[in-house]
Amino acid sequence: MSAPKAQLEKLPRSMQFMLLLGALALAAFPFIPLTGGDFYLQMLSQMMILAIFAMSLDLLQGVTGMVSLGHAAYFGLAGYALAFLTPADMPISLWWALPVSALGAGLAALVIGFFVVRTHGIYFIMVTMAFAQMVFFLFFDNKALGGSDGVYVNFKPDATLFGWAGIDLENKTTFYYLTLLLLVGVYAFLRRLLFSPFGRVLAGIRVNEHRMRAVGYGTFGYKLAAFTLAGTLAGVAGFLWAAQTGYVNPELMGFHMSAHAIMMIILGGMGNFAGAIVGAFAFEYVMHFFKDLPYVGDFHLGKHWQLWMGLFIVAVVLVAPRGLLGLGERLLARKGDVK
Amino acid sequence: MDVANFLIQLLNSLQYGLLLFMLAAGLTLIFGIMGVVNLAHGSFYMLGAYMAWFLTAQLDSLVLAIVLGTVLAVALGWVLEWALFRHFYHRDHLDQVLLTFGLIYIFEEVRSILWGDDVHAVQVPEMVNWSIPLTENLSYPVYRLVISAVCIALALGLYGLISKTRLGMKIRAGAFNREMTESLGINIRLIHGVVFALGVALAAIAGMIASPIASVYPGMGSSVLIMCFVVVVIGGIGSVRGAFVAALLVGLVDTFGKVLLPQIAGMAVYMLMAVVLLYRPEGLFKQ
Repeated sequence: MSAPKAQLEKLPRSMQFMLLLGALALAAFPFIPLTGGDFYLQMLSQMMILAIFAMSLDLLQGVTGMVSLGHAAYFGLAGYALAFLTPADMPISLWWALPVSALGAGLAALVIGFFVVRTHGIYFIMVTMAFAQMVFFLFFDNKALGGSDGVYVNFKPDATLFGWAGIDLENKTTFYYLTLLLLVGVYAFLRRLLFSPFGRVLAGIRVNEHRMRAVGYGTFGYKLAAFTLAGTLAGVAGFLWAAQTGYVNPELMGFHMSAHAIMMIILGGMGNFAGAIVGAFAFEYVMHFFKDLPYVGDFHLGKHWQLWMGLFIVAVVLVAPRGLLGLGERLLARKGDVK
Repeated sequence: MDVANFLIQLLNSLQYGLLLFMLAAGLTLIFGIMGVVNLAHGSFYMLGAYMAWFLTAQLDSLVLAIVLGTVLAVALGWVLEWALFRHFYHRDHLDQVLLTFGLIYIFEEVRSILWGDDVHAVQVPEMVNWSIPLTENLSYPVYRLVISAVCIALALGLYGLISKTRLGMKIRAGAFNREMTESLGINIRLIHGVVFALGVALAAIAGMIASPIASVYPGMGSSVLIMCFVVVVIGGIGSVRGAFVAALLVGLVDTFGKVLLPQIAGMAVYMLMAVVLLYRPEGLFKQ
């Protein structure tokens, strides 16, 4: 049972170019006239939010080698933070609601992390999942916290800055660009982090934690820091999700959400954050594709999307465990583009 | 809380704990011997409950339904091990997590296609559908005692199988050192198939015998799966004895938590797990 392997920490030129093209396409998208434009804008915004979420998990799963099956807890907690911070009669300022929500999620990750990062491998998987379920049931069982129905976010956050009200988040295009900005920002931050001394220690822990300890690193502190940071960034994504959909419910923190994030990273490719973005888009696309399947006779294929999704996941694990970027790399390598 | 009430809660916690043990035993055996983490274990519980409902309606007897359901569960376990799981013994835990997560989706949807998404109830068999009076207005249903008795019998059977029989010896040898066991001429693949089918059967039996007291509903597998994880983490992965002690402990904490501190009842079990993690990160009975 070796540690999960990260690939392509250094992205080949061709792949960097493709990512840049993708980012430009996303930036240009609102200018392309489409029927049902708002629908696609919202869908892409959601994909970008999930990409931020997947990247935050990749810091644990791909970089540090800690497979968390409870990462959605921090995503959901920040969403709930926004829902409870927003007053009933007026919007709340983005400039302090976002940091407070994200740091709140980070604080929860710090507390839970204190218990879970002591464990390894399979224990870590089970324990992160169990604690996430604890948070899930805390909200699910308590009427005061919204119960199983969840809570509405009454207003989108207000982005007025020093009296300048130029940014209106009620506008879907503006919200789209805010999400894109944060996606690029988080990506740039995590890429820097990956090659910083801190990121190198995390990668070292993935490869051989005992050796890192022997060299003199207090791995507990590093792992806890990574867990907290990942929780905080998941909180950024969860905050955006709640602001965009205007609604939070316990499902956001559920086991399926956590597993989907893992799947996104696997689908894209682990340990380089670009894969997490590609995987999030691909996963969401596949999910929409399955949900929109037509009727065949009396049998509604789309209603049973979980069956196709399940078969798809099993097929990916069997056929392409290194993800889309891994496949891409293999194809590129054949052309002699990378070593 | 008076004596009669206390006794009822104690019996309830025992019954819940024993049921959890049936599930956790399979999970911990499959992990301990094959090194596979199986998220779909809760699905076997769910499928068991639905089989009990469906077969009871067809055969008009819960006992017959459980016998037939057990045979089907063994067959399902055997086929799954042969077709999928045996290719994952040497893969990352991450791959195993994803494979079994995909299986959860597949099982849920197959259940939905075969039997729909409705909530069902299973009738308690006539013979044990009565209660033992404790005081003038408190009584204890006999069927719950039957569940506990069946679980205890199966637990003893499992203990006997693993520690007293030749097959059990081979299983223990396989868990201890796979290559060495194989080189001694023991068909380890057969052992793995047997253990996996046994684990699936135990989970399905738990679902079947629990179906008359807990309604049969979609998603019943996932809540029980989490509890199994807690049990296995507290008990120590791979240890059947640990799973037994931990399951009873979780049953006690959960049942009495609901009575004494209803506000945080849902969290009590997780707090127990957190405390165990602080002092014994590898569980109470690490092997």
